[in-house]
Amino acid sequence: MEPIISFRNFSFQYNAQKNPTLKDINLDIYPGEKVLICGASGSGKSTLGNCINGLIPFSFDGKISGKLTVDGIETKNSSIFELSTRVGTVLQDPDGQFVGLTVAEDIAFALENDCVENETMKRQTLLSASKVNIENRMNNAPQDLSGGQKQRVSMAGVLVDDVKILLFDEPLANLDPATGKSAIELIEKIKNETGTTVIIIEHRIEDVLWERVDRIILMDDGRIVSDSSPEKLLRSSLLKEYGIREPLYITQLKYAGVDLNNVEGIDSIRTIRLSEADKEKVRNWYARQDREDKTNVNDYLLEVENVDFKYDESEQILFDINTKIKKGEMLAIVGKNGAGKSTLCKVICGFERNYNGKIIFDHEDVTDKSIRARARNIGYVMQNPNQMISQSMIFDEVALGLKNTGLSEEEIRERVYDVLKICGLYSFRNWPISALSFGQKKRVTIASILVMGPQIIILDEPTAGQDFRHYTDIMDFLDELNREGKTIIMVTHDMHLMLEYTDRSLVFADGKLEADKSGSAVLCDPELVDLADLKETSLFNIANMTGIDDPVDFVDCFIAYEKKERSHES
Amino acid sequence: MKNNSVQKVVATGIGAALFFVLARFVAVPSGIPNTNITFQYAAQAVFAVIYGPVVGCLSGFIGHVLTDMSWGGVWWTWAFATAVYGLIVGLFAKKINIRDGNFSKNEIITYVLANLVANVVAWGIIAPVGDIVIYKEDANLVFTQGLIAGAGDFLFAVVIGGLLLYGYSKTIAKSGSLDKE
Amino acid sequence: MKVRVLNYIPKESFIHSLSGTTKLIIFLSFSFLCGLSFDTRVLLFLLFLSVLGFSLSRIKLSEIRIMSTFLVVFIVMNAILLFIFNPEYGPKLYGSRTLLFHIAGKYDMTLEQLFYQFNVSLKYVIGFPIAILFISTTNPSEFASSLSAIGVPYRVSYSVSLALRYIPDIQRDFSEISQSQEARGIALGKDVGFFERLKNSAKILLPLVLTSLSRIDEISNSMQLRSFGKKKNRTWYMKKKMTVNDYLVIAFCIVVFVVGLIITNQGGNNLYNPFVG
Repeated sequence: MEPIISFRNFSFQYNAQKNPTLKDINLDIYPGEKVLICGASGSGKSTLGNCINGLIPFSFDGKISGKLTVDGIETKNSSIFELSTRVGTVLQDPDGQFVGLTVAEDIAFALENDCVENETMKRQTLLSASKVNIENRMNNAPQDLSGGQKQRVSMAGVLVDDVKILLFDEPLANLDPATGKSAIELIEKIKNETGTTVIIIEHRIEDVLWERVDRIILMDDGRIVSDSSPEKLLRSSLLKEYGIREPLYITQLKYAGVDLNNVEGIDSIRTIRLSEADKEKVRNWYARQDREDKTNVNDYLLEVENVDFKYDESEQILFDINTKIKKGEMLAIVGKNGAGKSTLCKVICGFERNYNGKIIFDHEDVTDKSIRARARNIGYVMQNPNQMISQSMIFDEVALGLKNTGLSEEEIRERVYDVLKICGLYSFRNWPISALSFGQKKRVTIASILVMGPQIIILDEPTAGQDFRHYTDIMDFLDELNREGKTIIMVTHDMHLMLEYTDRSLVFADGKLEADKSGSAVLCDPELVDLADLKETSLFNIANMTGIDDPVDFVDCFIAYEKKERSHES
Repeated sequence: MKNNSVQKVVATGIGAALFFVLARFVAVPSGIPNTNITFQYAAQAVFAVIYGPVVGCLSGFIGHVLTDMSWGGVWWTWAFATAVYGLIVGLFAKKINIRDGNFSKNEIITYVLANLVANVVAWGIIAPVGDIVIYKEDANLVFTQGLIAGAGDFLFAVVIGGLLLYGYSKTIAKSGSLDKE
Repeated sequence: MKVRVLNYIPKESFIHSLSGTTKLIIFLSFSFLCGLSFDTRVLLFLLFLSVLGFSLSRIKLSEIRIMSTFLVVFIVMNAILLFIFNPEYGPKLYGSRTLLFHIAGKYDMTLEQLFYQFNVSLKYVIGFPIAILFISTTNPSEFASSLSAIGVPYRVSYSVSLALRYIPDIQRDFSEISQSQEARGIALGKDVGFFERLKNSAKILLPLVLTSLSRIDEISNSMQLRSFGKKKNRTWYMKKKMTVNDYLVIAFCIVVFVVGLIITNQGGNNLYNPFVG
């Protein structure tokens, strides 16, 4: 069979960069295949995708050498329009690609550009919409849709073209866990119905492997370092080596000393079959673990009492929220999109004023205090660092919040330097911010909040879109701040973050606080997982499979063990 | 990124949306009663400098008409003046290579000059003359209005627009200078 | 937070049933005629037409309360300003002076000034129902196709659609950015000095402008990936089919526009002058 996509000695270098981003790629993808391309940030995986859909070379400037053919045409000599009728691309950012004023218009966008006549267009649009189950939302504006729904609209928008190849660039990055799972299921359904070739670019392997994948391409530093079946890759240690998180159940089985070469169906938690001997190994590993006692502080730092919230003339967003947060806690707020997580944080910080109820900080009622007054005690770090940064130099950005506070230049400099040291940015202090990576920018924004000396720091999705290495960098840093006494609250969709780094989780669904317990207890509670659109951890499945009667404790043991392993390595 | 025609379509749309949001929802008291500091012209100038005269002109015009429409009545002469303002700043901006990350003394002088000419033409000539011809308004009144509007817009577009352009120029990686760390 | 950009009020009415193109033609021809004419008879006829159109649209006054309040305030303010600035403008314009009563100092109330200010206010009043009629009865999704139908290039028309699409997103960005900057003491209120306020606004606007600029690259990539700009033309999903009613209304608009202009320019200028001859 002829490959539908074929890279031959292919290299690409962006004009603004010194070195090529893709180096000597040789890769064939065959019709009907489902391929996962993974790699750490900067490995070149998204660039590879952009070569296939034609954004390279038609939208990004750079030098190509070697050859790439897609469906029989060489991309260099083609056009983005010719390629777009063959390759349908669903990009990462759901708002950037939803260009229509309503669902129907956005799905019809490609047809409009192709001058399809109105009757035919309406028919084809409806057909595509029903393939992704969005047909009863045709007149909705993007502002009325969730992230998952917007993504489905994007899928429908490329399906109108009868494309032969579907390309997904980090489809899971902006979704809550349950929605991510249904996205993966939907991709599988579309592939089965239409027979298209599917390419998924993603570093969250375990979530993608929920459905069968034929092949995984692992990239590092612009090269393909592995091209094999999922089973073979999971049995190896390559993922870890190249900074990608292994599926948790795989890591656990490796810890337990199970020989993965003899285990069937290891590419998904749904298909794995453990022998009695292997189950015994897992149980033995569990029996060997010892548990640490956690010290208990009993002084409450932040109390939220009977908080109700609604925007003018719209539905109520928060219903009677009550919670108490202790000094020095590290806490996750989880739940589906729009469940009220971010709103609660905004209420706590005083950004939203129009609420009923009380906010008490350190035994003092701050309900009527201004944003500025609360900011001295409670800092808020936005998800996108670019929305916070307004200075071009690191020092100035961090010092910004101290201006007009009556501190002298000398005192300001001292405090900024102290914070920069804590954040590992001291040696960069005179750098322009534009020279920093995303993760470093995130640190700058955290530093700019930290410098004001708050006791509580609230972070919205601190690790969204980050690969494993950057995730670990950011989280270890937050962990350190926490150990130095800061109370940290994080809004997150990352179930592993919740398990690994927090003592306690507040679970939200539809504006109500549904649960308040440890991350492991949350993820071992199938009903709660379902209610709040979370996703079970595969460790829970392993515990069930092996007959361990306290899955919560099993998960806790795994997390503790993993932390120890990691500190040995570093 | 290549600076292609689709990008200009999008820049026009986003520029107009930004103009609308700043004109409609963002008013900062200036200290003079009933007069607010307005930012839409600063934003329009930034778009004109980055994307050129056509985007500067159309984004302002569309933004202005949509803003007027949301209040219930379009002031065509002033919308037209807004369009001319963006056009002129955009034409001057051919001398400012902001995309290469340059925004220092010479560029700033050009930018200030561009705003001076654009404001004089737009608010000193087009808007008032239009009002005299079409609305038969008193020449003294419309020239006074034009002078106040022009002086204010000049100040805000130069100071705020200048700071924005300076900030933007600092975010641009100089060609060939990025290296993997 | 849901934000409505323009106040579209979906209903079943004759006006709603017309295509966006027709309504755009009504809007443009009436507002241009209203702008070009200073002839009281033409303006009164336009007022009659726009009020008629307004009642046909079944839009209730209560649904546009905020806008109408704004209009009344504006007209009153403008009338006072006009009078204070030059109470003798009317007499000068019409070439006669009929004193009604003396107010104070240089301020006399003359019939000509009253008539002049009546005409100016009339022009504003007419503009209002015309604009409201267009905004309230036309689905914003039809704007772009309507513009394209009257000859605006489709790329420009699509810019209008994109502006409407991204206004709510940019508004949300703005409120989030200003909240987080306020937490760091970047305030725009009265308690900081004028130049400090200017500098602070740049600190809020820079992240907003940079976020907006970064949207541009993403959006244009995604539009190119779906063939925007491939052909010399494009079709529009939301475009309504033109009916007989549409053609009749368009023909009527053209007649009103042409006749209105002819009447207006009868006397050599666009003024209707009841005070002379």
